[in-house]
Amino acid sequence: MPVDILMPALSPTMEKGNLAKWLKKEGDPVKSGDVIAEIETDKATMEVEAIDEGILAKIVVPEGTADVPVNELIAIIASEGEDPKAAAAGASHAPAAAPAAAAPAPQAPAAEAPSAAPQSVPASPRTHAAGYDASGEVPAGTEFVKMTVREALRDAMAEEMRRDENVFVMGEEVAEYQGAYKITQGLLQEFGARRVVDTPITEHGFAGVGVGAAMTGLRPIVEFMTFNFAMQAMDHLINSAAKTLYMSGGQLGAPIVFRGPNGAAARVAAQHSQCYAAWYSQVPGLKVVMPYSAADAKGLLKAAIRDPNPVIFLENEILYGHTFEVPKLDDFVLPIGKARVARPGKDVTIVSFGIGMTYAEKAAEELSKEGIEAELIDLRTIRPMDIATVVESIRKTNRCVAVEEGWPQSGVTSEIGMRIMEEAFDYLDAPVIRVTGKDVPMPYAANLEKLALPNVGEVVQAAKAVLYR
Amino acid sequence: MSVAAVNGAKPVSVAKAKSSKAAPTKSGKAPAAAAFGKDEELSAYKQMLLIRRFEEKAGQLYGMGLIGGFCHLYIGQEAVVIGMQMAAREGDQVITGYRDHGHMLATGMEARGVMAELTGRKSGYSAGKGGSMHMFSKEKNFYGGHGIVGGQVSLGTGLAFANKYRGNGAVCLTYFGDGAANQGQVYESFNMAELWKLPIVYVIENNRYAMGTSVVRSSAQTDFSRRGASFNIPGEQVDGMDVRAVKAAAERAIAFTRAGKGPYILEMQTYRYRGHSMSDPAKYRAKDEVDKMRTDHDPIEQVRQRLIEKKWANEDELKKIDAGIRAVVNDSAEFATHDPEPDPSELYTDILL
Repeated sequence: MPVDILMPALSPTMEKGNLAKWLKKEGDPVKSGDVIAEIETDKATMEVEAIDEGILAKIVVPEGTADVPVNELIAIIASEGEDPKAAAAGASHAPAAAPAAAAPAPQAPAAEAPSAAPQSVPASPRTHAAGYDASGEVPAGTEFVKMTVREALRDAMAEEMRRDENVFVMGEEVAEYQGAYKITQGLLQEFGARRVVDTPITEHGFAGVGVGAAMTGLRPIVEFMTFNFAMQAMDHLINSAAKTLYMSGGQLGAPIVFRGPNGAAARVAAQHSQCYAAWYSQVPGLKVVMPYSAADAKGLLKAAIRDPNPVIFLENEILYGHTFEVPKLDDFVLPIGKARVARPGKDVTIVSFGIGMTYAEKAAEELSKEGIEAELIDLRTIRPMDIATVVESIRKTNRCVAVEEGWPQSGVTSEIGMRIMEEAFDYLDAPVIRVTGKDVPMPYAANLEKLALPNVGEVVQAAKAVLYR
Repeated sequence: MSVAAVNGAKPVSVAKAKSSKAAPTKSGKAPAAAAFGKDEELSAYKQMLLIRRFEEKAGQLYGMGLIGGFCHLYIGQEAVVIGMQMAAREGDQVITGYRDHGHMLATGMEARGVMAELTGRKSGYSAGKGGSMHMFSKEKNFYGGHGIVGGQVSLGTGLAFANKYRGNGAVCLTYFGDGAANQGQVYESFNMAELWKLPIVYVIENNRYAMGTSVVRSSAQTDFSRRGASFNIPGEQVDGMDVRAVKAAAERAIAFTRAGKGPYILEMQTYRYRGHSMSDPAKYRAKDEVDKMRTDHDPIEQVRQRLIEKKWANEDELKKIDAGIRAVVNDSAEFATHDPEPDPSELYTDILL
């Protein structure tokens, strides 16, 4: 039997990659362990090793091909004793253009195939509709360009570093490695090692170093490889960064940004899959930003860097590769603390933020097919929370569903519900319903992980429930 | 008798870590403390006495219920911060933990402002919102005043990082105690400071008790000057009751780190006469031990005796100095008891800029 070589997934969230180079030619003998190709992901260039022995019978995806989906057939190896030509001809696979999600890996056991691509997260990146009309934030006639969240974050930092000599980036692997998730790609080359600082693995320590530097007026951007690791640094985020301005009677603040991926990625289990939005949002003295789109990521990160206060900037690993329309402006800065009406509607208000918006957007599309027009509000900032925009929407719709990936108890959506009760109770025709991550540590198993996260169906169901349908 | 001997530790010595770097004193013996001239002796005397009298007054006000919460007095340790400041220069920063009143006075902060903060009044350095453990003065380069044990070590390392980033030639003096020296972030900071050759002196004020736990009961390595050894940070044990020894060591350490050679550790062997805080009766140590330190090693008395012996001051003159200092301290107490509390509207200010 010929052996199929499939586009490998090289990280938990990789959906596609570029086939940079073939290191073997058709007809070359291949031994187990031989490096046969180089794959570029948005994070790194990786080598692909052969697992089986034989002859490289056919290269299906030529080198230089971009955006090859994970699990796509890229080559065929003829086993020992097989005729390479017959093996190459006998390829029974879908053509290269077929998206991975539509054609599950032929060799994968049937039972695993459905869980390979969780329902709520598309296997391939999508380009989201422009829809960026948040109350005049973008001048009329502005050109939009397609950009990933990753690129938007990088550009935001680079622009602010060009603008202000006091801005620098520090964290694990931010410089030479170009960022564990490639958010700081190219910054070392442009700004040098003085301003792009690789730290040891020492979260508690470098968070404190960042706050100390900020107290003198420098503007550090401290990257946590993930916010799960920031648990070790929590003391400095809360006790040092958030409280010093108050404790010093206004003398000494900490203009600092703590940023990095937050919440569940994919299949990385309990210790790497927690959303901290609710935790930080409880603390006076902090601002907490959690953008969804690339435009918001850019405009809000620039605002966070300029802000004189400590800002917790919560990103999401899955969103890093998502592409959005971003306004092409020289200096695109958005206001912190202002929600965005992502989709106008009259029947029900759906409030979310960050990756929660992916469920909310899809649910709104489905509801629309059934004649229900949901108004979608992306909070963008968790603290200070723009509840006024939510209330304004509820005055129109009289119904509300709040969606987040975090846990239910004392969550951000609990806060939203309470604030609505305090400020818009008389406008409600139904109790507010929450759709949240389940009240469990994140499981590893693909099926359980899917169950632990919110899904589109739950949001649709909740919207119908508040409409008594 | 040296403090080291009293402590039961080996004689004052330099850590072996990088003895070539820690050049001046590798003999294993304390360098003879450079003699002070008349002006230095008098200046040290006045400054230490100010701290002593201020702290005594703070203790009184606490007893009267005018100061609340936690109040950690610096009595007994005055030579440390005064000796260090005598070697520092304009622009150098100071950061410390919660036993911070002495450091504030030593950096030139006003007694009135510090005392008014202790009483929680509006003219306190933090407008009454910080209290004993949380005071700052940007003007005097005093960065707190931190209540979380060890937190100031990473923050101070960040101040030093900023100095290097700006190339301003300033050094950060980061103080912490023998208790804080067992916190993990201290070693994270040591690693980064040496890795990046930051301009910082880590001053470990070893007063022998972390709250109620003696050094030998809490520390596997009781020679704190060696705590940086695995990072190649040089260190010295210093008689922290002798202001001359402190100043001499501070000069070496500051010159070393200002020259771009990286951090330096000074273990100041000192003693606090009072309990950990006002509510600590300090039953964990013998009264004899305290008495012995007070009679044989008091940092202020040592200077006083030298002033008398060398006839640089007579009893009358010293009494006048004391009276002057008492007047400053009494004035601060008077001020701090009559200054109004912060306006209720201040509750919601200074949370965000």
